[in-house]
Amino acid sequence: MAWTEKILRVNLTKGTCESEPLNMVWAAEYLGQRGLATKYLVDEIDPKVDPLSPDNKMIFATGPLTGTCASTSARYSVITKGALTGAIACSNSGGYFGAELKMAGWDMIIFEGKSEKPVYLSIVNDKAELRSAEHLWGRSVWEVEPAIKAESGDPQTRVCSIGAAGENGVLYACIVNDLHRAAGRSGVGTVMGSKNLKAVAVRGTVGVTVKDPKAFMAATMAGKKVLADNAVTGEGLPAFGTQILMNIINETGALPSKNFHDVQFEGAGKIGAEAMAEVRASDGKANLVTKAACFGCTIACGRISQIDKDHFTVVNKPEYWGASGGLEYEAAWALGAATQVDDLECLTYVNFLCNEQGYDPISFGSTVAAAMEMFEDGTITTEDTGGIKLKFGSAEALTQIAELTGKNEGFGAEIGLGSKRLCEKYGRPELSMSVKGQEFPAYDPRGIQGMGLGYATANRGACHLRSYTVASEILGIPEKTDPLETEGKAGLVKAFQDATAAVDSSGLCLFTTFAWSLDDIAPQIDAACEGDWTPERLAETGERIWNMERQFNLAAGFTGKDDTLPQRLLKEAAKTGPAEGKVCGLDVMLPEYYSLRGWSVDGVPSSQTLERLGV
Amino acid sequence: MKLKIKLYASLKPYLPAGTPKNEADIEIPEGSTVQSVLDDFNMPEGLYKLVLVNGVFIVPEARARRIFVENDVFAVWPPVAGG
Repeated sequence: MAWTEKILRVNLTKGTCESEPLNMVWAAEYLGQRGLATKYLVDEIDPKVDPLSPDNKMIFATGPLTGTCASTSARYSVITKGALTGAIACSNSGGYFGAELKMAGWDMIIFEGKSEKPVYLSIVNDKAELRSAEHLWGRSVWEVEPAIKAESGDPQTRVCSIGAAGENGVLYACIVNDLHRAAGRSGVGTVMGSKNLKAVAVRGTVGVTVKDPKAFMAATMAGKKVLADNAVTGEGLPAFGTQILMNIINETGALPSKNFHDVQFEGAGKIGAEAMAEVRASDGKANLVTKAACFGCTIACGRISQIDKDHFTVVNKPEYWGASGGLEYEAAWALGAATQVDDLECLTYVNFLCNEQGYDPISFGSTVAAAMEMFEDGTITTEDTGGIKLKFGSAEALTQIAELTGKNEGFGAEIGLGSKRLCEKYGRPELSMSVKGQEFPAYDPRGIQGMGLGYATANRGACHLRSYTVASEILGIPEKTDPLETEGKAGLVKAFQDATAAVDSSGLCLFTTFAWSLDDIAPQIDAACEGDWTPERLAETGERIWNMERQFNLAAGFTGKDDTLPQRLLKEAAKTGPAEGKVCGLDVMLPEYYSLRGWSVDGVPSSQTLERLGV
Repeated sequence: MKLKIKLYASLKPYLPAGTPKNEADIEIPEGSTVQSVLDDFNMPEGLYKLVLVNGVFIVPEARARRIFVENDVFAVWPPVAGG
């Protein structure tokens, strides 16, 4: 019921695929997807394991509502120990792959060991087998998907795969499904590549059952109506996508630019939603072709874009002339505002490469920005970069580096280390804008104080999704708070973190929370799943998940000292905009946050807290 | 006095006809407030949500009190979100 109650355990060393029953006691405690898979991971691996060793495990996990008729029921997550961070990694993706896996009858796939030769996993309902991928290794995500579909003989097969980046050990390689959706962060694709696993192909016709179909239909229809009637999920997001944020975050003075030197970017207007919709003088078309939705999604925030054929990045490259996944706000920020490149077509091309070769545009763009700063101050030279003039604002340099990084060639191999290792290598560790080894996304903590606390404490490294308080601090959802104030942010961040962990464990998309609260989500889960699921139980489940992830990180070697931000954000004040003169007040927010969490002053969960939650 | 006004997304049609992109410099009477300018544009309440002057959000209760001064930048969005 909702859960299929079956796990596929794939031992890549032995080449075996076996079914085992889902631990239903854990399902009741951790719900599914992020929470449940993390429970399995922390139970089965040594927290000190090398992420790229065969002893690390990687779990593809759906939620109980994945594959049902609930709105946005597309979601699955990849849980592992992150290659980029050495912390818990949990990367969420939409598209259609996750729903297909659930409809094939599987809650999760647990990958163990390492295959001697490249393989891919083929699943057709209850039949699972590893097949040789030697003919696929070295081929891009965009080639592998149609090739596997052709091999399967069923065009409705869904595929996820790694590209050159995952094969070559780029530390922030991602796993791409349905050509342009991704489990993007923390190097989950690097882990997949380290196991010689090229792809997973799945076809599912079993379907998903629920506990009380009538109640489920009623609850999901009610939820759908809330989404449709809400101005954000019913109009704004489908029309403009996440890229509507570019001009907003710039106007509010929290758009990090030039490796977080600045909090605003003059070129913002050229790389946001409005620019994507503008008709180009050159070919009379707009960058944005249409919107796109994931399985079961009634919001459709996805973007499909087409690059100007004559643009320098794609002239004579017809393989990039088609329409494909366009820029999200995060990618446009990292590739554009962070590096000061204001060429929309260039950013779209690099985003295409990120999908085709499978690497995270956020970590990539931010690493390039750090490298640009080192180039401009002479720390690195054209001798290091192989002749590339890595200056801020150079679309040519960004393009050259992007073409090298996935393949691990030239200076691209250094960019593929991520900013923490790159900056340490050149003796400038302070220039890596990262927490726990993962690069920041697109909000400056000096301009949005709560995000500073969120970045510092996110269990998977700097992450905007773990606690998207931008919703409250900037967008007024559910209620407006002052982005420049630190007061009250500890409680806000904790509440967002706990609720988000529950949503991430359900199979639903986080973007529903612009319209839904746990009050809208709980009835849907309650109707689908065994047991009584209330909003309070979901919030507590989220808190339990958060503390479990924290415990894993502490056992992996992280401490409260890692809950910090780069000195630039703590000591160098914003130079313009509403936050002018301000730094991030993390020192004020963090102690209160620890206290609210029931942790010690060093950020260790107390035994009472762990007992109360049953961690 | 002059005011730089930026209207985004579904509010763009409210800008003067022929305005390229999202920004326009308009003339407003001295003493105009945030609310009076919103009203002058005939934007129905509920259509606008993010009301910023120089990047700072003006809460609904304060919009009738906030008087524009020279060089203010007024930016407005409907309810939107992202990630």
